[in-house]
Amino acid sequence: MNAKRKDFVATVMINLIVAAVVGILVFLLTYILVAGLPHVSWTFLTGTTDAFSGAGGIGVQLFNSFYLLVLTMLISIPISLGAGIYLAEYAKDNWRTSLIRSAIEVLSSLPSVVVGLFGFLLFVVKFKIGFSVISGAIALTFFNLPLLTRNIEESLSAVSSSQREAGLSLGLSKWKTEIGIILPVALPGIVTGVVLSAGRVFGEAAALIYTAGQSAPVTNFGDWNPMNADSPLNPFRPAETLAVHIWKINTEGLATNAAALSAAASAVLIIAVLLFNLSARLLGNYLYRRVTASK
Amino acid sequence: MLKQYSFEKTAVQTFDDSVSLALKTDNLQVFYGANHAMHDANLEFPKNQITALIGASGSGKSTYLRSLNRMNDGIATVTGKIWYHGVDINEPDVNIYEIRRHIGMVFQRPNPFAKSIRENIVYALKANGIKGKDELASRVEKSLKGAALWDEVKDNLEKSALSLSGGQQQRLCIARSIAMEPDVLLLDEPCSALDSISTVKVEETLLELQKKYSIIIVTHNMQQASRVSSQCAFFHLGHVMEYTPTATMFSNPQIPVTQDYIAGSFG
Repeated sequence: MNAKRKDFVATVMINLIVAAVVGILVFLLTYILVAGLPHVSWTFLTGTTDAFSGAGGIGVQLFNSFYLLVLTMLISIPISLGAGIYLAEYAKDNWRTSLIRSAIEVLSSLPSVVVGLFGFLLFVVKFKIGFSVISGAIALTFFNLPLLTRNIEESLSAVSSSQREAGLSLGLSKWKTEIGIILPVALPGIVTGVVLSAGRVFGEAAALIYTAGQSAPVTNFGDWNPMNADSPLNPFRPAETLAVHIWKINTEGLATNAAALSAAASAVLIIAVLLFNLSARLLGNYLYRRVTASK
Repeated sequence: MLKQYSFEKTAVQTFDDSVSLALKTDNLQVFYGANHAMHDANLEFPKNQITALIGASGSGKSTYLRSLNRMNDGIATVTGKIWYHGVDINEPDVNIYEIRRHIGMVFQRPNPFAKSIRENIVYALKANGIKGKDELASRVEKSLKGAALWDEVKDNLEKSALSLSGGQQQRLCIARSIAMEPDVLLLDEPCSALDSISTVKVEETLLELQKKYSIIIVTHNMQQASRVSSQCAFFHLGHVMEYTPTATMFSNPQIPVTQDYIAGSFG
C-alpha cells in the first residue's frame, strides 16, 4: 500500500468511527423520544402519581427534580468556588496541596450509590432528618463538589497571569484582583461547567434512592411557605425525583401501562438534560460577550 | 563563548544634593532561590527624567525593575534598600498596595483587562475609593490624553479594550497606570511587542510624560534608549556595570564591557 492509499483508508476509518458515535446518540435520542413523546401530555406533566401502583402523572417528581437541583447548586457552588479559588490562586505548590488534590480526585471517583448509602446512614438515620430534599441535596453536593471545584480551578488557571500582574501593579489586593478581574474572565467557563454538572445532577438516581426517598407525597402547590409540612418548598419532605421515578416504575411499578409511563418520563428527562446542555453554551457565550464588552 | 569581564571595574554615577531623586537603591540584591540574579545595585533615579536600563537578556534589568514596586514579592527574595521619599519601601511592613499606587508599572505584553476601555481605567480608581462620576470621567479623559490615545478612542469608550490594536492596548495600559496619578512609572520593555509606528507613538508619549512623572524603562533596543532617555544604566549578568548620562553612554562609554556592548562586538 502506498502512502496515499494508507491515508485514504485511515480517513475512512476515522470517519466511520465518528459516524458510529454520532449514530449511537441519534439512535438513542430518537428511540427514547419516539417511544416516550406520544405518551407525554399536559396531564402527565402536571398530574400526580398513584402512590401504590406508580401510575399517573409526574408533576410532583418534575418539580422535585428542579427543586433538588436548585438546592444542590445553592450548596455546592459557593463551596466549590471557594475551593477552586484557593487551589488556583492561593495554594502553594507543596505536599499539602497535592494531598488536597488527591482527596478531590478520590471524592470524584466514589460511586454515586456509595455516596447515597453514606448520605442515608449519616443524614437520614443518624441525624434523623429522614428521607428528604435536604438529605438528597447534601448527598448530591458530595458527588458534585469535586467536578465543580476542578472546573472552577481550571477556568481560573486558564486566565493569563499577565492579568493578575496588571491588577497587582495598580495597587489592587490579590483578592480584589481575583474577584474583579480574573473571575469575570473565567466566568463563561465556570457557567458552562455549572450547567453541565446541573444536567448530571438532574439525571442522577442512585445517590437519591436512599436520601431523597422514593415517595412523592402530594404537595399543596398553593402553599409556598417552606416552613409548612405540605409546602412544595419544605426541604424536609421526601422527594422522589424524575430519575428515581423512572427507576422505580421499571423495577416495582404495578401500573398496567408501566412501560409507557417510563418511556414518557425518560423522554421528559432527556429533553430537560438537552436543554441544560444547550443553555450552557448559550449562557457561556452570552456572558463572555458581556464581561469582555465585545458585542 | 562569552567574553569574561571583570565585575570590579564599574562606572556608576551618583548625583549631588542639587538633584532631587525619585528613587534610589542601596545594595539591592535579588535571589531566585539559590540563584543570585542581581548583585549590589546602587542606582539613583533623578526626578522627571527618563532613565533607561539596558543590557542583554538575562542581565537582570527586568528583575531589578520588578523589585522597585515589590512585584517580586512571593517570587524572589530581595534584600537591600529602596529609598522613596525618605522611606525604605523594601521593609516587610510597608503597605505594598499603597506603594504600587505611587509606583506604577507597564509590562512587556499589553495586558488590558477584558473590560471596556473606560472600565480598564476606572476599575482600580473605584477600588481605591474614588467614586464621583465627574472625577472618574475627568480622570479617564486626562489619562487617555496623557497616553495620546484619547483622540482614537473618545467615541468608543464602552468598546472592549481587547478590540484595540497592540499599540493602542499598550497606550491604554500606560493610561491605566497614570490614571492612578503615580510618581514613578516603571516600564518593562513596553515596545517589544509593538510595530515601529506604535513604538514611535509610545516613545512620544513617554517624552511628554516625563514632565510629570519619573520614568524608568527597561529596553532591549539601544536606539530607543538613546532616543528617549536622559540617564542610562548598563546591566551585565546581574551587575550594574555603568550608569551615566545617555549621551555619554553612547558616545564615550567608560569601561570595556559597555564599549563592546554599545559597539555590538559583545561576546
